[in-house]
Amino acid sequence: MLSPATEEDLAGILAERSEPLDVQGGGTRRVGASERERLSTAALTGITLYEPGALTLVARAGTPLAEIEGALAAEGQMLAFEPMDHRPLLGSEGEPTIGGVVAGNVSGPRRVQAGGCRDSLIGVRFVDGTGTIVKNGGRVMKNVTGYDLAKLMAGANGTLGVLTEVSFKVLPKPEAVASVLLEGLSVADAVRAMSKALASPFEVSGAAHAPVGVDGAPVTMIRVEGFGDSVAYRAEKLRNLLSEFGPVAVETREGRDGGVGTAAGWRWARDALALAEAEGDVWRVSVKPTDAPKAVDALDADRILLDWGGGLIWAAVPPGTDARARLKGIPGHATLVRADAESFKRLGAFEPESVPLAILAKKLRQQFDPKGILNPGLMG
Amino acid sequence: MEMPTPDPGILAKKGRVVARLSDVLPKDAVISDISETRAYECDALTAYKCPPLCAVLPASTEEVAAVLKICHEEGVPVVPRGSGTSLAGGALPTADSVILGVARLNEVLETDCDNRFIRVQTGRTNLSVTGAVESDGFFYAPDPSSQLACAIAGNIAMNSGGAHCLKYGVTTNNLLGVTMVQMDGTVVEIGGAHMDAGGYDWLGLICGSEGQLGVVTEATLRILPKPEGARPVLMGFSSNEVAGACVSDIIKAGVLPVAIEFMDRPIIEICENFAKAGYPECEALLIVEVEGSPEEIDAQLGVIMQIARNHDPVELREAADSDEAGKIWLGRKSAFGAVGQVADYMCLDGTIPVSALPHVLNRIEEMSQEFGLKVGNVFHAGDGNMHPLIMFDANKPGDLETCEAFGAEILKLCVEVGGCLTGEHGVGIEKRDLMDVQFAAADLEAQMRVKDVFDPAWLLNPAKVFPLKASEHRRSAAESAAA
Repeated sequence: MLSPATEEDLAGILAERSEPLDVQGGGTRRVGASERERLSTAALTGITLYEPGALTLVARAGTPLAEIEGALAAEGQMLAFEPMDHRPLLGSEGEPTIGGVVAGNVSGPRRVQAGGCRDSLIGVRFVDGTGTIVKNGGRVMKNVTGYDLAKLMAGANGTLGVLTEVSFKVLPKPEAVASVLLEGLSVADAVRAMSKALASPFEVSGAAHAPVGVDGAPVTMIRVEGFGDSVAYRAEKLRNLLSEFGPVAVETREGRDGGVGTAAGWRWARDALALAEAEGDVWRVSVKPTDAPKAVDALDADRILLDWGGGLIWAAVPPGTDARARLKGIPGHATLVRADAESFKRLGAFEPESVPLAILAKKLRQQFDPKGILNPGLMG
Repeated sequence: MEMPTPDPGILAKKGRVVARLSDVLPKDAVISDISETRAYECDALTAYKCPPLCAVLPASTEEVAAVLKICHEEGVPVVPRGSGTSLAGGALPTADSVILGVARLNEVLETDCDNRFIRVQTGRTNLSVTGAVESDGFFYAPDPSSQLACAIAGNIAMNSGGAHCLKYGVTTNNLLGVTMVQMDGTVVEIGGAHMDAGGYDWLGLICGSEGQLGVVTEATLRILPKPEGARPVLMGFSSNEVAGACVSDIIKAGVLPVAIEFMDRPIIEICENFAKAGYPECEALLIVEVEGSPEEIDAQLGVIMQIARNHDPVELREAADSDEAGKIWLGRKSAFGAVGQVADYMCLDGTIPVSALPHVLNRIEEMSQEFGLKVGNVFHAGDGNMHPLIMFDANKPGDLETCEAFGAEILKLCVEVGGCLTGEHGVGIEKRDLMDVQFAAADLEAQMRVKDVFDPAWLLNPAKVFPLKASEHRRSAAESAAA
């Protein structure tokens, strides 16, 4: 495995290289599987700038996510987009890196309120497939100077360049958290309840539903965060708003009666732990929230979890199932997250793009990776 | 400002181009008479003017595609235009270009409160998008100060911000999908009502690309539930440094106001004379606004006022009702108009790290002495997006040039302290030649390679964003390929 310790070394490797590489951060979320030589950014480490008063953090791509979250927590701040830890779901080992998070645009439950990883990302440095070092964006949160290549790099999974440094707008960590809980709802009712909560002025920061919750029964979770009194007030408002869906419970940060606790509950949703124990392949499906019940029926999955008010569906299906074929006719897209090498090869990790976009994507890769050495084939 | 020499071949075939465009558009949608094309000779950066070859006003995606296909075949540059409110010259024509105005694309196509989006044609004005969902209790968050007039197409092209983006983000954070026509007439659909568009982040790339990658005809926008209420507080301080420190402390305390606006002494005085808002005499004013229920507002303002008291304010005034809130905002909202009453002015919008605020304000004051032109500062302090207003006299020979030179120095300073040339107005032609202050050659090259992918002949919105010298060989290669 190649693991350069500086941006210059990385640039040197890519300038010389003619054979395809498997680009990765900590290797906890290998998309697909290949036998190519690996190139890891894990040795490019360190937080290079952190200004709590300006809500800004800059770090090298290989910096462990845990180190970043630790430094932010020490100042009462956080990454707004709540990136998941893929290790339990994928059974992988290693240390998630911030560069890997950006390359995959990994975004958790707070996406409904604070946006995804790409929304917090304000700058990047990367090395393209020819070994050229490129900078885009910077360390200020409002910046429209030139094209936004930072967003392009978020979610490009290393196919257009290898990230070396990333900058974020960060947010204050909320003082208090509460979950408003509904039990026993059907998927259709759960989506209606979540839509109602998200359309309220009570600043919902998470809305998830599991037909099989931690204790085996269906649970719908709505989250509010902020200052203590305000959280209590909004949780109470939501309890009233959602009373038509049955009894509503409010759980605070500490958890009630030895329950899983609010923070643990949202980690459970964030990391899709409802599916970690399930057998088979795992798909991640993005749809319009009100299409979720239809999509869940079509998927006919062994285990599901809804996040983002229904806009994100995690589904466990029998090995080799083509979930995209089952979802035909429902707008959105499906990503294969966990499967064997044969299924990844046959189905592809990512949904094929429309013809005009696939043409643009191919031309873009030719521009940024003319030798075809950066995760070729991964994104079309 | 240097612009490329108009292509005589295109000027010579104006008749044919107009005739071909008239074949695919209604009669009144093609404007070619020189007396009428003057209406499109500039945008809100009025110092630069040039009537286009002609202007077209298509009313559907199909018509836009037909127009672009013809211009592509004829090798004629196209300048997309929203409402023409750009302060950066983003819609400035060249003499050999066709202006493509989106004003007739103004329908609301779909509103969906359950999924929290609205789909509109992009000629629709920013404020009227909120107008379409207001009765359902929703709003569209990005609120540039031109929101009464500016079009969504222009907002997407420039990735527009506004006073409230500290909490709600800018256009790119509120855009879910687009229908876009490429220069060769190909129509692409990107994203949609689902929250996460698949594949590469095309939306992020197109948003802020200043109309150089395609013409966006329809947009799916995220709408948000209106907050229960909002209330501002006014704070006066004895120096810019103290006001800057107060901003930093508010942010560090974990309160996230929807807006933190900053005004310095010259602006306070001009606004007070103009609007009689009752502003105190002091060196720096902050307006901080928070949202929520009355109790939540009380709690947040309690924290904020305590922080302000620690900085020994000369004035601390909380709005007791909506009249008082209106009064606090009155001066700020009339700032540009008020400055316009006393002088011609140029409005910059460089962004700086919040921590560099006092240093940058001091340096601007020193430069003001050196250049002999007065400057006022009014800006979004929470995110460091400055708006220095340089005042000059357009009738005084040389004053505009001095003002531009001064402006360039301020923008270089913004970059020097770790910021950028433009936070929300865009590069356009105004900051085009300063791009190499912020970017190395390889950084600009990477952006131009993206342009090559979408518009290989470099016909869309020519002579903007990239220094002419940097794009020279690409433009001449494209020209000789066309010939």
